[in-house]
Amino acid sequence: MLRVEDTQVSVEFSPELLNKFADVVTRYPAGKQKSALLPILHYVQAEFGWVSPQAMDKVAAYLDILPIEVYEVATFYTMYLLKPSGKYVLEVCRTGPCGVVGADKIMDHIEQTLGVPEGEVTADGLFSWRGVECLAACGYGPVLQIGPEYTFYENLTNQSVDKLIGDLRAKAKN
Amino acid sequence: MGRKLLLEHINVPGINTFDVYRQKGGYASVEKALKTMTPEAIVEEVKKSGLRGRGGAGFPTGMKWSFLAKPEGVERYLVCNADESEPGTFKDRYLMTYIPHLLIEGMIVASFALGAKTSYIYVRGEMMPQIRILERAIAEAKAKGFLGKNILGSGYDLELYVQPGGGAYICGEETALLESLEGKRGNPRIKPPFPAIAGLYGCPTVVNNVESIAAVVPIINEGGDEYAKIGIGRSTGTKLISAGGNVKKPGVYEIDLGLPVEEFLYSDEYCGGIANGKRLKAVVAGGSSVPILPANLFLKTINNEPRLMSYESLADGGFVSGTMMGSGGFIAYDEDQCIVRNTWNFTRFYHHESCGQCSPCREGTGWMEKVLHRLEHGHGKMSDMDLLVDVSKKIEGNTICPLGDAAAWPVASAIRHFRDEFEWHVTNGAEAVTRNFGLAHYADPLPKPEVLA
Repeated sequence: MLRVEDTQVSVEFSPELLNKFADVVTRYPAGKQKSALLPILHYVQAEFGWVSPQAMDKVAAYLDILPIEVYEVATFYTMYLLKPSGKYVLEVCRTGPCGVVGADKIMDHIEQTLGVPEGEVTADGLFSWRGVECLAACGYGPVLQIGPEYTFYENLTNQSVDKLIGDLRAKAKN
Repeated sequence: MGRKLLLEHINVPGINTFDVYRQKGGYASVEKALKTMTPEAIVEEVKKSGLRGRGGAGFPTGMKWSFLAKPEGVERYLVCNADESEPGTFKDRYLMTYIPHLLIEGMIVASFALGAKTSYIYVRGEMMPQIRILERAIAEAKAKGFLGKNILGSGYDLELYVQPGGGAYICGEETALLESLEGKRGNPRIKPPFPAIAGLYGCPTVVNNVESIAAVVPIINEGGDEYAKIGIGRSTGTKLISAGGNVKKPGVYEIDLGLPVEEFLYSDEYCGGIANGKRLKAVVAGGSSVPILPANLFLKTINNEPRLMSYESLADGGFVSGTMMGSGGFIAYDEDQCIVRNTWNFTRFYHHESCGQCSPCREGTGWMEKVLHRLEHGHGKMSDMDLLVDVSKKIEGNTICPLGDAAAWPVASAIRHFRDEFEWHVTNGAEAVTRNFGLAHYADPLPKPEVLA
C-alpha cells in the first residue's frame, strides 16, 4: 500500500538523472515512452532509496502518462520500495534450493544480528532486511543481494554474513 | 564427455570481452548469416536443427519463427526472455555473466532472420550486474560494427537494448513480459492472438529464451543437420542444466540430451552424487513447476528402463510416474529433506508471484499455501491432502497463463508420491517439526549406481 504520510518529502530530479531518463526513452518507438517506466523507477530508487508517491507523480509527468499508471507498476513489482528503508537492504533468497541449504537460518541470524524484524529499519538507519523469492542463483545458496547495484553474496554462512554487515558498517562510517 | 557448444570457452580468461570472444571464433555466425544466407535459409537451418525452446515449454524454435507474421511496413521485434526466475534454474544468469557476447551474437542472427530492426533483451531486474555486463558487451559489439547501421556492410540495421524488469516471476511468461516491456503490470494476455501476430506494441514478435538464442550460434556455424545429430529422438542438441540442492557439485552443466539421469547425478563430470554421503530422496528435474519425483521413479521409468535427460524420457509415464524437462532446473533432495516443507515453500512462491488476474490462481495459491503452512507446522488434518489435490485441480487449466499449472503440479505430485510423509506430519503434529524429522523412512534403499561400480 502507498503510504500517503510519506509524501511530504521534496523530490527534485537532477540534470544527471533527467539525462538518464532521456537516454532510456530513446530505446523505444515514438509514442511508446511508457516502456521507459520500469528502468526510470530503478533510477529513481537508486537516487532516493525508495520510490515516493511524489517521485512517482513527477515520473508520470515526465513520461506524459497518468500517475495511476505509475502507481500500479510500482506496487506490482517487488523490487520497488514503497517506504523509506535502510541504506542497505539485505534481500535474502528464501525459495526452494536456498531453503534446502539453510536460507531460514541465515534470515534468523540476520534478524538477531541487526536486532530488527523483517521490513524494519535499524536505529542508525543503515540496515533493513527481507526475504525475497528466487534470485536465480540456486547452485550457490544461500544467497542475498543488496541494491542499488544488486551485488550477490553467495554460499552464505553466519560468519560471512557477520563480515558483510561489519564491512558495510565500516563503509558507512568512511 | 559431452560436447560443449555453448560453454566451450566459458573458462577462457577475458571471454566476456569482444576481442577475446572474437579470437575464439566469436561472431562467425553473424558473418556467415549476413553475408551468405537469406533470412529464410536461417529459419530453415533452425528448423532442421530440431531446437526446442529452452525456457521450459520446449516448443520447436524454428516453427515458432516461421509463424511470425510479415506484413509490409510493420515493425517486427525479437525479444529475448532473460527473466530467469524459476526456482532451481540459474543457467541463463551464468551464460550472461560469463559469455555475454554469445547471447548478443545469437540475437543479431535471429533478428536478421526475423527481419527485426530493434530487439530487446528483457532481463529480470534483480540481475543488475548482468544488465551492466550485457550493456557493455553491446557497446563493444556496436563499436566493432556488429550492431547499428549497415552491419558488416550488409545493409542490415539493428539496434539492441537491454530492458530491466522490476521483480516479478510472471514476466517470464511471454505475454506478461511484453506487457512489462510496454511499461505496464506483468499481466499475461489472453491468447490468441499470439505474439507472432500481435506482440510488442501490437506488432509481430518472437520471444525466445536466452539459451535458445545462444544455441542459434552453433546451429548456424555447423548447420542444423549437424546440431540435430546430437541428442536423442526429438530432443536434439545440448542443454544447459543448472544443478542445485543437495548435490556434491552444484553448478551449470552442458549435456548432450539423452544422457542417463544416473550419470548426470552421480558421475564426477557432473553433479558428483549426493552431498555428505546421504541418500537421494527426490528430484525436481526441470524447475520448481514440474512434478517432483521420488528417487526410484526418477532414476528408472515405470518400465524399469534407465531414465534419460531428454524431453521424452523425463515425461515418460505422464504425471503418474514421470515429470518434465522444463527449464533444466535440477534440484536434488537428500533423505533429510522434508517434502512437506519444500512443497509449502514452493507454494508460498507461487502465491507470492501470482499476478492476481485470474481468481483460481490468485485465491487458490493462497489457500494451498495456508493449508500447507498448517500441515508443515503440525496443525494439519488428514483431510488436508484431499483438499489440496482438489484445489490444485481447480487451478490447473483454469487460468490465462501457465502459472496456475505451475503452482498446481508441485502440490499434486508431492501428495501423489509422498502422501505418507504428509500423513506423518498430521499424525505426529508439532513433534514432526520440533524433531525436524526428515522422514528418512521414506527413502528407499537404492541400488549402487552402475556408473560408480
